[in-house]
Amino acid sequence: MATEKSRAETGREAREAAAGRAAISVRPEFRSNSGGGKKEKVFELKGVDVLYSGVTAVKSISMDIHRKDVTALIGPSGCGKSTLLRCFNRMNDLIPGAEVRGELLYHGEDLYGPKVDPVQVRKLIGMVFQKPNPFPKSIYDNVAFGPRVLGEKDDLDGTVERSLRAAALWDEVKDRLDDNAFGLSGGQQQRLCIARCIAVSPDTILMDEPCSALDPISTGKIEDLMIELKEQFSIVIVTHNMQQAARVSDRTAFLMVELDADEQNRWGRLVEYDETERIFTNPTDRRTEDYVSGKVG
Amino acid sequence: MKEPGAALPRNRLATAGARATTRAMLGSQPRGDVIRNTVFAGLLLLAVLIALAGLLALLIQAFAKGSSALSLDLLTNPPSTAFPDRAGFRPAIIGSLELIAGVILFVVPVGIGAALYLEEYADKTKWWNRLIEVNIQNLAAVPSIIYGILGLAFIVRGPLDLGFILAAGSLTLALLVLPMVIIAAREAIRAVPDSIRQGSLALGATQWQTIRRQVLPASIPGVATGVILAVSRALGETAPLLLVGATVFVTFDPTPFSPDGYSAMPVQIFNYAVRPQEEFQALAAAGIIVMLVVLLAMNSFAIWLRNRYEQRW
Repeated sequence: MATEKSRAETGREAREAAAGRAAISVRPEFRSNSGGGKKEKVFELKGVDVLYSGVTAVKSISMDIHRKDVTALIGPSGCGKSTLLRCFNRMNDLIPGAEVRGELLYHGEDLYGPKVDPVQVRKLIGMVFQKPNPFPKSIYDNVAFGPRVLGEKDDLDGTVERSLRAAALWDEVKDRLDDNAFGLSGGQQQRLCIARCIAVSPDTILMDEPCSALDPISTGKIEDLMIELKEQFSIVIVTHNMQQAARVSDRTAFLMVELDADEQNRWGRLVEYDETERIFTNPTDRRTEDYVSGKVG
Repeated sequence: MKEPGAALPRNRLATAGARATTRAMLGSQPRGDVIRNTVFAGLLLLAVLIALAGLLALLIQAFAKGSSALSLDLLTNPPSTAFPDRAGFRPAIIGSLELIAGVILFVVPVGIGAALYLEEYADKTKWWNRLIEVNIQNLAAVPSIIYGILGLAFIVRGPLDLGFILAAGSLTLALLVLPMVIIAAREAIRAVPDSIRQGSLALGATQWQTIRRQVLPASIPGVATGVILAVSRALGETAPLLLVGATVFVTFDPTPFSPDGYSAMPVQIFNYAVRPQEEFQALAAAGIIVMLVVLLAMNSFAIWLRNRYEQRW
């Protein structure tokens, strides 16, 4: 174990020197797969707080997120699920006054370390948003945008086709790749956003309530897609919909709003995090049980 | 078939109650309200008519006086003090075209650049950025003659010392309309939803790549509309040009950097209009028609552009 780690370390440093980049740009699949039955950790959170202009939004979250799992974050509105999700690809950096405290490791590297470039982080950790947000461009250009930005010029057609196939959209759009993406239905737009995300071959995909703006049939398609995609990617999904978490996720984290003594301040807190099966059938915490059984929330 | 809910008397009662309330609400509008509404709508219509009457009077006046002088020669002949029947606007038209070309060259990169900085980079919580914002709004309201004095002091003479050349006039007009362009470009940039920026950034694009490939292309129609409207304002400005050397009688085609002087359409119209002879009055009116047609065409194009390419999010 120890030798394996040090070998990985040396290899990483060599590549870092060659690339002249921040530590985080090392692709995780080059790392050692720290063996055996236990799954490799993608994210390790140790006492993570998120503050907006000094006001705590999420408080002391500690959890491990495993590779090639679908991890669901559930909880009532305002419990900080989306805020927490946005820490994982440093999207919170874009909000003035947002601050992340505590330790957030990504494949063992400090995601908020001084050498880490958020742009590099977002290349490895993609994101799908609540409302489908295709670019006002053709379907092809939407998918090709990421690779183009990253300087990929060869075989763009191939990348676009592979990504659209992976997002189960190819057959629906192959004859109209040059049409504006706004002409697609909501569900198709969301799958296009997933294809766009896959096109830059990320390691992890974050999904922020990806189905909340969609009808049940589109939702079903995206859920099927998630189960397929976890063969290749680690997925973290925020969802409002408990059935969805139960259907697609391997592990579920339940967050809740917590008030301070005089009920002036409120923040999100991790109540329970376990196998999805367990969360929905035999939760340890009373509050989790009340929430998943629909008594509160 | 049984009506759903008919089994429950409570539901039937509730429905009946709701219907009665709706009926009562729909039926009741006090008579006073109706009269007040009509009177108010009438007053508003009157305001519209007053505004339109001004434009209509101008058009009728110009056409009545100027239609006799309208001809192709008007556009191609140089001005003349001796022969009003042969006098035209050629140097003024060329001068105006060169002026607005210079305005566009200056105002497009600077205006878009300033707008991008203010919208995408400036931290709005900092007081100096808010100060800049307020000042740009104010600059748009500064009288044009002030810009003329500024041009005279800083561009024609002073630090730049360009002399009374067309390029100096162009630069002065550009400064005059720059705030308009910045404001229009900012509106267009702000209209691009944040979800697009986030989508782009989440794919690992840098801020500049996001601006260059997403925000700018999406805001081009709005920016272009603003530029056209600003240019049509520049085209019609007279006061600042008088101060920075748009001289009266130029019978040759002006060039941007020649010290021999230049003219512009509105200046030339003014110079014909102040002459006592009837023929020159007609000439001035014909010039007004030409300018109105050009300005209306430009503004219509701007509106068309906005409606045609405006992105609906």
